[in-house]
Amino acid sequence: MSELSPSPDPGPAPARRPGARITAVTSGKGGVGKTFVAANLAAALARAGERVLVLDADLGLANLDVVLNLAARVTLHDVFTGRATLDEALQPAPGGFSVLLAGSGLVEYSRLTPEVRDKLLDLLEAVRPRFDHVLLDTGAGISDVVLFTVSLADEVLVVATPEPTSLTDAYATLKVLAASQPARPTRLLVNQCARTGDGRQVRAQLQQVVDRFISPTLAEPLTLALLGEVPLDPAVREAVQRRQLLMESLPGCAAAVALAAAAARLLTR
Amino acid sequence: MPSLEASAAPTAPATPASQGLRLDNALALLRQAGCAEPAHPPGSPAYLQTLIDQLVELSSRDPLSGLANRRNFEMALAREVDRVARSGEPALLLVVDVDHFKRVNDLHGHAAGDEVIRRVGQALTESVRPMDLVARIGGEEFAVLLPNCPSAFGPQVAQRVRQRVARTAVTLPDGRALSVTVSVGGAFAPQWVRSTPGLWLQRADLQLYRAKAEGRDRVCLEPVASHEVSVQERDLLLGGPKIQDSE
Repeated sequence: MSELSPSPDPGPAPARRPGARITAVTSGKGGVGKTFVAANLAAALARAGERVLVLDADLGLANLDVVLNLAARVTLHDVFTGRATLDEALQPAPGGFSVLLAGSGLVEYSRLTPEVRDKLLDLLEAVRPRFDHVLLDTGAGISDVVLFTVSLADEVLVVATPEPTSLTDAYATLKVLAASQPARPTRLLVNQCARTGDGRQVRAQLQQVVDRFISPTLAEPLTLALLGEVPLDPAVREAVQRRQLLMESLPGCAAAVALAAAAARLLTR
Repeated sequence: MPSLEASAAPTAPATPASQGLRLDNALALLRQAGCAEPAHPPGSPAYLQTLIDQLVELSSRDPLSGLANRRNFEMALAREVDRVARSGEPALLLVVDVDHFKRVNDLHGHAAGDEVIRRVGQALTESVRPMDLVARIGGEEFAVLLPNCPSAFGPQVAQRVRQRVARTAVTLPDGRALSVTVSVGGAFAPQWVRSTPGLWLQRADLQLYRAKAEGRDRVCLEPVASHEVSVQERDLLLGGPKIQDSE
């Protein structure tokens, strides 16, 4: 009967195991720079000497290959179907980290069946010992599969912008996760900030509504921590259009500096 | 350049496309369904295209009610699931079941049952917008797919559908009038969540069972998912007092 529920069973609680810390990078709707943030955080972590994997957790619908200008030759689909090994599917990305691209063949896994669950569990178990950080890029929308994958993460990073639509989506995401998943450290990264302090303002606005409407439904109140605010920076648009990593092409610009600071905070926890 | 073989000369009418095709069964089927034979020259591409179009139309309609059939409905449902995941627009699925339909058949005969199906289908079509899809998806079960239907309107729309049927008097073959009622179950597609058509239909069906169990002739809608952002939440989020973050 579990299939009748729109949100998946939370699955096994994410016990802290040796190996990579898994961070789900999410936002609800797309268009806030989530993949851009995930890729550049990964590059910043890689610069700090960490072994990092970015995984397309939306199974083919995230934009990781577009942002990184990579072609998915061997994909997760090939791994799932036994046509390739995990090693063959792990690709080096320009920023010194690894990516695992899903490939569009994975549309057939858009439904959370026991088989898909097992494959995803096996996959995360297989990559966990080999990296220090795994970032799950969740793409646009929250499918049953994405919710399940997020449930396997050790922490959640919500990416938002100060736009009202993004705020609403970020809040809705927090609400879905709070209602259907075990409590975990939840952090916020505010992208495209026009003014210094926008990030703190956004966090405060979200926290206020979380305190009033979400926390009373939980055993423990949900506290949002601000991982960082990334300023609106023309260099970002330039890097995105050239399909380059900001950390690679313009590491000194304001947005790159802010992302590096956020990555450093991700390391200290 | 060598000349073409004589066999290629245009001596015969333009029927290469239909050579070897057996169209008798298709034509008989379409005649039976009341479709006019295509006006184009027999065997021409236009003739065949019209024939295919008519067959497609025939295979997507329920012959008794004239509504979309189950196959057509499932395609529309899959499209809507994709659309909602991308656009975030709310969409409502209603499943409608005729109450005590077996009794109609047993007491008044199958002709009466058929008439009930036709009249209910008609009432459903009249109770919703032209853009909504009304389908017959089972013996006495119908579905109504309403794209772009805000959740606040759901209960009103579902009640209107139920009441429209309840007000419809079905005239039996023997001239007597019969009133029928329906039970309605409904569920919204979760906004910007990629779900599956099967899951959505199951959720609406679950509400239909509830409506049946609670005594029929009523509407049960799935409570709006808890993750939907309420007006109060949105107001506080977007219009709330500007407070200083103490972090």
